[in-house]
Amino acid sequence: MTAKITAFPGTGLHSQDFAEKRILTTHWVPKAEYAWDAGVAIGRYLAELKNGKLVGVRCHHCQRTVIPPRLFCEECFQPMDEFVELPDTGTINTFSVCFVKWDMTRITEPLIPAVIEIDGTNHAGILHLLGEVGPDPIKTLKVGMRVQAVWKPAEEREGAITDIRYFKPV
Amino acid sequence: MTMRRVAIVGAGMTKFVRRAQETAPELTWEASKMALDSCELKLEQIEAVVMGSAPDAFDGAHMKGEYLSSGAGAFHKPYMRGYVGGGTGVFAPAQGWYHVASGLFDTCLVVCEEKMSSCQPHPQGAFLTIFDHTTERPLGPNLLWIFALEMNRYMSVHGLNKRDIALVSVKNKRNAADHPCSLLGDPNITVDDILNSEILAWPVQRLDVSPVTDGAVAVVLAAEHVARRITDKPVWIEGVGWALDTAYWTNRDLYYPRYVEAAARMAYKMAGITEPRKQINIAEPYDPFDYKELHHLEGLLLFDRGKAPEATALGITQRNGDLPVCPSGGLLGVGNPIAAAGLMKIAELFWQLRGEAGKRQVPGQPKRGVAQAWGDLMQVGTVVVMGV
Repeated sequence: MTAKITAFPGTGLHSQDFAEKRILTTHWVPKAEYAWDAGVAIGRYLAELKNGKLVGVRCHHCQRTVIPPRLFCEECFQPMDEFVELPDTGTINTFSVCFVKWDMTRITEPLIPAVIEIDGTNHAGILHLLGEVGPDPIKTLKVGMRVQAVWKPAEEREGAITDIRYFKPV
Repeated sequence: MTMRRVAIVGAGMTKFVRRAQETAPELTWEASKMALDSCELKLEQIEAVVMGSAPDAFDGAHMKGEYLSSGAGAFHKPYMRGYVGGGTGVFAPAQGWYHVASGLFDTCLVVCEEKMSSCQPHPQGAFLTIFDHTTERPLGPNLLWIFALEMNRYMSVHGLNKRDIALVSVKNKRNAADHPCSLLGDPNITVDDILNSEILAWPVQRLDVSPVTDGAVAVVLAAEHVARRITDKPVWIEGVGWALDTAYWTNRDLYYPRYVEAAARMAYKMAGITEPRKQINIAEPYDPFDYKELHHLEGLLLFDRGKAPEATALGITQRNGDLPVCPSGGLLGVGNPIAAAGLMKIAELFWQLRGEAGKRQVPGQPKRGVAQAWGDLMQVGTVVVMGV
């Protein structure tokens, strides 16, 4: 068909079309605010973060300990209610060195997201940030490195994932 | 399974552009009308319509299926809109397939559309809600993070380097130079161009990523007895598959897309494919990033885990290679209007298997192809096998 047809519909616009005011557009900013309930399992997770602790939860049937905790095991569908206190150390499963924000504007000091497998679980990771990584993280960071949480002081903790500032290599 | 045979009998698509003048319903109509005209059918001969389009948040329109319905010819007809992120473009034809295979309808129009450009200042903003509102969003994530994390895991587990992966971007952007609708086709691009492009979220660099795009694609499905009246070259949908992995993406090993394998096994079983490496002649896996083509080729069981980069370096996946991959130019070259991109791959296989792909034609009269798309939080695999 593409061998037989030469003209395809669709008109691409260019910045000049807007600069020369040839295109009419309408703008709108939606109003949307949310108040999300943390739920039974994450409610406990957050409360323990305020205490300076990481907790996971164990499924007896599947014999696995996971973090973040959840009310039920998504694999066997049974309830999970055995919360387990976990060390705040782990291993880097993967990481990135990010120089852009969501709107593609550039940042000079990169953010370093990582999936960190928390000790004491069955390779269960959480998303967090890495810090104190030195001046050339692209070269020096490696998958498999050991890391340790750096917490906010107790009076600044509010029961949020950001009660941990970041994880640092040890 | 005693399902009726279903064929694709017509296809149409718009140009894929960075920002289209046309509204989303207008783009939808352009592609739908073209698909109908390509097989000389009228709208009244279409018995049902399936629409695929990704987040409503791109358009700021509630119930996007209804917003697009005029352009999809859906009034007074049974109409269904599905959405599984980027997997939508291959999910929609699977939905269309069961509309007809079940015996409920003899014809079905499947159309996928995306107009990302309305979402300001950048459509990535519509993806911020993909992250868990309590455990992840407070960390300030953006969509590039998940790709960068997955790419680094894939590279680290297999000991790959960026050069091996960048070859995919070169292949697809060069292939796209022969696609009349492409946004980023470039016959002269080199590996060094990719490797010298700006680092966005290491290991992801600018030319590893497909662009924000507006576009629409449509195909017409028909039951066998109707298909044979319409065309002497029906392309059969031989197998469909779809599978979802857990949203606890940080609890999974990202190096291998087991959800793609699950969807592929479902589609291969239905199509009677027992040796995909011998029985598939063309593959169109989803390639929003260059490493994803490799990742998905392995999930489709077309190469061993960690071995797709080597095959690419050997030229096996070029158009004249043993297993052409993304002869269309893929998302990296043609463009990535989220839901329409997957259906572009279906349309490509339609034209390839009929020998109508012009300068992109894979030699040797290919008989069977597989298209695959992917979406959500690295969760969805959608697979369709087509054959003549």
